Parts: sequence; structure tokens; C-alpha cells
Amino acid sequence: MTFSGFLQQFINAISLGSLYALVAIGYTMVYGVLRLINFAHGDVLMAGCYFAFYGMLVFSLPWWVSFSIAILLTALLGILIDRGAYLPVRKAPRISALITAIGLSFLLESLALVIFGGRVKPFHRPSIFGQVIQSGDLYFIALNLWIPAITSLLILLLLIVVYRTKVGMSMRAIARDMTTVRLMGVDVNRITSITFALGSAMAGAGGIMWALKYPQIDPYMGIIPGLKAFVAAVLGGIGNVIGAALGGLLLGVLEVMIIAFLPSLAGYKDAIAFLILILILLFRPTGLMGERLPL
Amino acid sequence: MSLVVLFVFIYWAETNATEYQIRLLNNCAIFIILAVSYNLINGICGQFSLEPNAFIAIGAYTSALLTMGPHEKQISYIIEPLVWPLSIISIPFWLSLVIAGLVTACFAFLMGFAVFRVRGDYLAIVTLGFGEVVRVVANNLQSVTNGPLGLKGLTPYTNLWWSFGFMVITLFFIWRLTKSSFGRAMKAIREDEVAAEAMGVSSFRYKMMAFTISGFFEGVAGGLLAHLITTISPVLFTFFFTFNLLIIIVIGGLGSTTGAVIASIIFIYSSEALRVVDESFSIGSLQIAGIPGMRMVVFAILLIIVMIFAREGIMGRREFSWNELINLPKSVIGRKNNILFGPARKREKKPTK
Amino acid sequence: MKKVFVLSIIGFAVIFFAAGSFGAETVRVGGVMAMTGAVAAYGQDAWTGIQLAKEMVPTVLGKQVELVLVDSKSDKIETANAVSRLIEKEKVIAILGENTSGNTMAGAPIAEKAMVPMVASSATNPMVTQGKKYVFRTCFIDPYQGEIAAKYAFNELKAKTAALIVDKSQDFSVGLAKFFKDAFTKMGGKIVAETFCVTEDKDFSAQISFIKPTNPDVIYEPLYYSPVALFTKQARELGMKTPVLSCDGAQADELIQIGGKEVEGVAFTGHFHAKAATTMLAKDFIARFKEKYKTEPNSFHALGADSYFILLDAITRAKSTEGPKIRNALATTKNFEGITGKISIGEDGNAEKTMVIMVVKDGKFEYLTSVNP
Repeated sequence: MTFSGFLQQFINAISLGSLYALVAIGYTMVYGVLRLINFAHGDVLMAGCYFAFYGMLVFSLPWWVSFSIAILLTALLGILIDRGAYLPVRKAPRISALITAIGLSFLLESLALVIFGGRVKPFHRPSIFGQVIQSGDLYFIALNLWIPAITSLLILLLLIVVYRTKVGMSMRAIARDMTTVRLMGVDVNRITSITFALGSAMAGAGGIMWALKYPQIDPYMGIIPGLKAFVAAVLGGIGNVIGAALGGLLLGVLEVMIIAFLPSLAGYKDAIAFLILILILLFRPTGLMGERLPL
Repeated sequence: MSLVVLFVFIYWAETNATEYQIRLLNNCAIFIILAVSYNLINGICGQFSLEPNAFIAIGAYTSALLTMGPHEKQISYIIEPLVWPLSIISIPFWLSLVIAGLVTACFAFLMGFAVFRVRGDYLAIVTLGFGEVVRVVANNLQSVTNGPLGLKGLTPYTNLWWSFGFMVITLFFIWRLTKSSFGRAMKAIREDEVAAEAMGVSSFRYKMMAFTISGFFEGVAGGLLAHLITTISPVLFTFFFTFNLLIIIVIGGLGSTTGAVIASIIFIYSSEALRVVDESFSIGSLQIAGIPGMRMVVFAILLIIVMIFAREGIMGRREFSWNELINLPKSVIGRKNNILFGPARKREKKPTK
Repeated sequence: MKKVFVLSIIGFAVIFFAAGSFGAETVRVGGVMAMTGAVAAYGQDAWTGIQLAKEMVPTVLGKQVELVLVDSKSDKIETANAVSRLIEKEKVIAILGENTSGNTMAGAPIAEKAMVPMVASSATNPMVTQGKKYVFRTCFIDPYQGEIAAKYAFNELKAKTAALIVDKSQDFSVGLAKFFKDAFTKMGGKIVAETFCVTEDKDFSAQISFIKPTNPDVIYEPLYYSPVALFTKQARELGMKTPVLSCDGAQADELIQIGGKEVEGVAFTGHFHAKAATTMLAKDFIARFKEKYKTEPNSFHALGADSYFILLDAITRAKSTEGPKIRNALATTKNFEGITGKISIGEDGNAEKTMVIMVVKDGKFEYLTSVNP
């Protein structure tokens, strides 16, 4: 493989990895706080795309307005999911919560199918992102540079919230010991909702950038990216935000580069993520950045 | 006694019922096998696994590959020919089912070593991962599974005799297993694994047992299913299938074999009944437009409602007993030990001023 | 709570059984169409065409036509279920559908066994009707399509080498790729690269990196509209300027919406273009369609409507709603003036049709030329 070929794939890998990172953060935050795998997270991603789509189509908003509002709406959706579906099963055994999560995921997908219709919808790509940049043998669209940039910015903002604000401190505290935090008078439900809101906003942003990269949206588009982002979260150490980001990046790189070096395995692309998952859970369940394995 | 009744019923159905009703009954039997064996690992042994779609796939493909004649295989495998010796093997149906079950059980056994190193949520995710890997492999191993095009033109061997026959065998086996000391060990692991270990119950051994047995029956059911719908492809065996089974055993009551049976029947028939919301239907002169896809929305909402309000499902952990059946009308009305609503809760006495 | 659940199930069952067809004097025709899923564009368009056709001709043999639609969800198993449901529960006398070869083939054996005629509007793989008496189609078949595509590539585009991307999850794509390859190599062309994808793929960078170094004169994409759009778009973004040739599956609005300016210049073989319309029925249909939907109908609208008209014509000629009689009438359709041209169907169930070659220009499907059999 030529060097430029390698670089070509690498750029693709970084941009894909950034998307996984964004979505993985949402998973990891919710798990850290609630010890719950939010199966519906991938579908939140899908919802973000549809919000943005309708914003541009129906309301003819300029793309940056539509995207921002979509992210806000996605955050609200996250809060709704938390209050509506997860709060009632908070005290229930873990299996119930998991099943509820799975049910919620299917509900969102079916609702999207019913509301938005079964045909794929084209996602408008503003020219600022679509510009083809050429450097010798290397071709890529501007989007592939924007994605890592925006992702880094968002992650930075999130880290500031998590490590430098009171809300963030509450989140980290709850992740350690929910009961004690409650005893200290913190409104756990409020913090949880905020966690969901932030995680979902990240997923919404990730989703919109995903739709910019692959400009077609359909109700089931969130499933595979959602699952892979989950793998990334586990890879990085579930419950750890930086771990999730690193996990996402690593997963993206592995996925693209393995196929780049072994193109005949292209069909197995999706299986790579799951194999990584199985290996990690078997040999290093605490992930790269490690966290005590909760039971 | 009930076997004779079943026998007569099947005989009547085979000769009299419409094609459509026969298909429904076949589906019922197959889903009962699936639900009951899934319930073994999830409900009785308490290990939350999401594996069925993988095992059903393995069973279906194994059975199909074994029964298809060389000519049929040539028609299906248009991109790459099937590997030898599978390309020339063609064996009787029942044998292929048994082998399918055994192959799946082997897979389950091997998987078990990996899977049972983790617990709880992680177990679920690992089994989900395996399920997806199986699906992707089936989608890509062109020379074995024919990839995404799948296998078509399978001879529809499955009839009511086979499906109900195997159903009876499965029910009998699992019923006896649950009542035996093995079953008790599994339930002990479900309730408190650490305590069970302390009492000398090797949790790994029994989890493996439950998993492998589940695998066997799910594989057999996969073979039956393949020969019922006569065409299989990887797209049939996604997580969605597992999800449907999950709904069934949860609504039936995790841990109750009877519940799994009842819920399967309800599921199959209400799937059909609920099709009306997918399409337009008329009540008298009123035309209500159908919305494609509503059926799944209804299912999903149902599941969430059950999880929030009626976690125990229909049967909770109880099994069928004639006593309870006879007393059912009485206890539905009475409140003291209400089967449907659980034991009556004592009202907290409010402190009086 | 549980009582409510049980009661509502009973309630549904009651409604379900009560909601049988009350209309006595109607002719029930079933439609199995992909209304959701990967090929929803074809199903929805075909159904729109059929409904407009029904408005134009709502009765046959003096009775009202009643259409019953079941969604195939772009899936083989669902198609099979839909067909058997239409036959056994809805008791239709004939079925229109499905839209794609793979799915139609899944449902065909059931219709065949029940002796219910099935008319597919856009399934082009030869195996759909092969060896079957009750399955028909209103479109041309793929050996023809592959051959014309190869001719176009070789003669018009002056291509000596070709690269292919094949959707290995669709019978249609695999078949058409083979027919193209055979025809192209017979004319002296050379296939320099062949790579695979599946319908749901979004990222084609692996396939494109495989094809790019071989420098083909043309890329043949016998795929459905989504993969064509995404693949072509990504190929252009990665710097490939090679002309792209596709098939009838490309003609959906989504191709242009998703592909944007990168699909400009994509040429493809197809069934119908409003500008090439010759028959009276066509002109009538186009006029009504424009009035109702403010845009011109595409191949799938037209083919769907044609399947309806041809079925009704057969029922009229057979003077009966019995399966075998309709079947015989369908097999003797001669020069029916359909929307998509003069249609003749023989014992083999296939239609001899004119093919249209179109190209994407200025964000629209432009008509290039017609090819007669």
C-alpha cells in the first residue's frame, strides 16, 4: 500500500473514530451514573438527524441554526427518555432496566418509521463541508477535517463541565456512590437528567456529522453506529469519559485500517467491532482506562 | 392423556385446517420450543443472555445444508459454489434436525467458556456480540452459507407432526429438567450465585448445562423454521428475533415454562391480529387507515408497560397446575392471594393524631 | 393491568374477525409492495401508479376493483408472508407485485401453488418467471438489459475496460452483473475489476480503493438507488472521474437527492421516460399524474400502473375471475398499449419491451434514446 493510500485511509479512520467517540461518551456517562446500558442511545442519534433534516427541509432554516436546534431537541429527548422510561425502573432489578432499554430502542425506531416514513431521506450537505480537498494523490472532503475538530471542541467542553463544575462533580460522585450522594442532599434525579441531556446532545451532534458524512438517513441508521459506539465505550473503560473518546478513536482506526490492509475482509467490517468487544470483555473487562468492574 | 388429545387435534388439523391456520400452528409450536429453551437459560438459570438468534441461525443453516439436494444447492449458490463435502450431502429431515441441534449445542459449549467469564449486563452484551458475529459471518462466508442471498428452495418438510412432535419432546425434557436436582441447582444460581457456590453448586457447570441444552433445542427449532419458510438468509437472524423471544418470555414470566408456552401462543396470534393496525381495516362502515409499522410500535410500548407495571409477567415464576386452573376464577375475583395481582399488600397504618 | 391486556387482545380479535370484507360485489386484487425498507422508493412509486390507474379504470366485469395492500418491507420473508396472507386471508383473485426480483421470487412459489396469477411490475431477473405458469411481469428481463448496457458502454462511451460493483445481497444485481459481463466481453471489452457490497452499505472506500488503480473506462453499477448514489458520490470525492453506467434501479428521486452534483452524468437503462411516451394511455396517464402530483411519472409509477391495466385487460378478456382463466389471458397479451409502450406477454410470462436510456442532467432524469428489441 502506498503512503498516500495509507494516509487516505487514516484520515477516514480519524473522522470515523471521532464520531464513535462522541456517541461513546453518551453511553459511558449514562452507565457511569446509572449503571445502565442505554440501548436507545443509537436511536437518539437517529432522532438528532431527523430533527436536523426537518429543520432544514420544513422550516427552511439555515443549516447551522437547524443543527443547533436539533442538538437541543435531542438533549430534550434524552431527558424525556430518562424521566419517562428509565426513572420508573430505577429501583427494579437490572434485567428489567435492560429490557426496558431494549424496548425503548425498538419503540423509537418503530415510531420513526411510522412518523417519518420508510424511504431513506437525503441529508443536505452544506458546501463548506463538501468541498473536495486535493493534495497530490490524496483526496478528501473538508468534512473529514471538520469532524475531528468539532469533536475535539465538544469533548473539551464536556470535560470542562465534568471536571470543573458542580454539576460535573455531582455526576462523578453519583458514579461512585449514588446512595451517599442522595444522603448529602443532592437531587439525584436532576443530575441524572442532566447527564442524559449532555450525553444525548453529544449523540445528536455525532449523528448530524454522521449524516453529513453519509448523506442518507433512515429510521434504523442508528443501530450499528450505536452498537459500535458502545463497544468503544467498553474498550475505553466504561464510565470513563476520556476512555470513551480514546476507545472511539481506536475503534475507528482499527476498523478502517484492518480493512485497508486486508481488503478481502471488507464484508466482516462490522464483526471487527464485536470481536474486539468479546476479546476486551474476556481479557480486560475494565477496558483501557480501567474502572472497577461493577456487578 | 393430554398427549392423546394433542394427537387427535393434529390429525384433524392436518386434514381440515386451512394452509394459513396450519402455518400459524407450526409457528406456534416452533416458538414454544424457542421460548421454553430460551427461558431455561434466562429465566430458570437467571443468566441474561441474548444468544437465540445466533443459535437459531446455526441450527437453521446446518439443517438446511444437510437436507438440500445437490441440484438445489447449485441453484442457490450462484456466486460461489458450496464447499465439498456439503455440496453432495443430503440426509433425511429428522436426522438433520438432530445434527443441527448437536452442532448448535457444540457451539454453545465452546461459547460458554468465553461467555460465562462475565456476568450481568456484560453477559448480555457478549452474547449479543456473538449473535452479531454469527450473522456477519453467515453474511460473508459465501462458499458455505451463500452469503446475503441465503438459501432458497428448501423442501417444506416441517408439518404439524414434526413441529408439535419436537415441541412435546422439548417440553417434556425441559419440564423434567427444571423439576430435577439440576433445575434446582440452576434456580439456586439464579437466586444467589455466591451462596450457591458456597453450597457446593458449581455455577459454571450448571450454567454451561443450561446454555448447551438451550443451544440444542434452539438449533432444532432453527431447522424446523428453515424448512417451514423454505428460504433463509442472514437477515432473518438479527437481534430483532432475540428481542421477540425476550418479549415472549418476559410477558410469560421469566422462569416459568408454562408462562413461556402461554406467551408464545399469545404472541403468534396477536401478531396476526395486530396486523390490522398495519393495514387499513373497517369497523362496519368506518374506515380506519392503516399505518405501516404501527404494529411494532404497539409491541414495543407493550413491552415497556409490562416492564414498568407488571414485571412478573403472566405467570411470574409459577408453573401450571390443575389446582390453580380450577381455582382461577375464584382467585381472580378474590383479593387475598390474587394470582393476577400478587399477594395483597398490607396497608401501612397511618399514625393517628 | 393484565386483565386489560387480555381483554384488549380479545377486543382486537373481535375487530379482526369482524372486519372481513363486507363488499360483496367487488373484485379483490392484492398488492404486495415495498412500502418501507431499502427499496421503498419502488414500492411506494408503483403503488402510487396503481392507485392512479385505479382512478382511471375503477371497474372490471361490471364490478368495483378493491385493492388490498400489504407491505413487503423490502424483505423476502415478508413478501412470502404477504403473498400467502393475501391469498388465504384476503382471498384476492390476483396479486400485483413485488417490485424487486429477489423478493418476488420469494413469494412466487406460493402464488404458483395456489394458482393465483402474480404480475410483477419491475422484477427483471429471468428466474422470476422461469418454470412458473402463474407469474408474469410487465418489464423487460436482465439478459436484455445487461446486453444493451454493454452495447452502450462499448459503442457510445467507447469503453474498452470496465469495473463492476455488485450488490451480492440481491439476486437482481448478481444476475445483471453477469449478463453485462458476458455481453461486454463478447464484444471485446475487458473487465478489469469486480467488487462487492451489500444494499445497506454506507461506506464504499474499500471498494473504491480497489477499483481506482485499475483505471477503468467505465464503472458499471447494477445496484439500487441508495448504493448507486453513495458509491458514485464517494468515488467522485475520492477523485475518480470515470463515467458511470447504471441500471433501472437507479431511477428514483433519492438518487439525485442523495447523490447531489456527484451523480450528474450517470447514465442508465430504464423502462420509461415521459418524453418517450407514445401511446394514448401514456399521454393520459402522464397528464393526470402531472395534474395530481405536479411532476412527471417515472418508470416505477408507469410500470405499476401498467401492471394494473394489463391485469384488468386479462380479466376482461378472460371474462372471469378464476385464476387459470386469467392466467391464460395474461399469457396471450398481444401489443397491449401500455404506458411504458406496446407490451406483449407470452407463455414464458415475460414482456417484450422497448428500453429507454436516460442520464442525470441538471438534477433531473433526462431522456437520451430508446432501444427496441
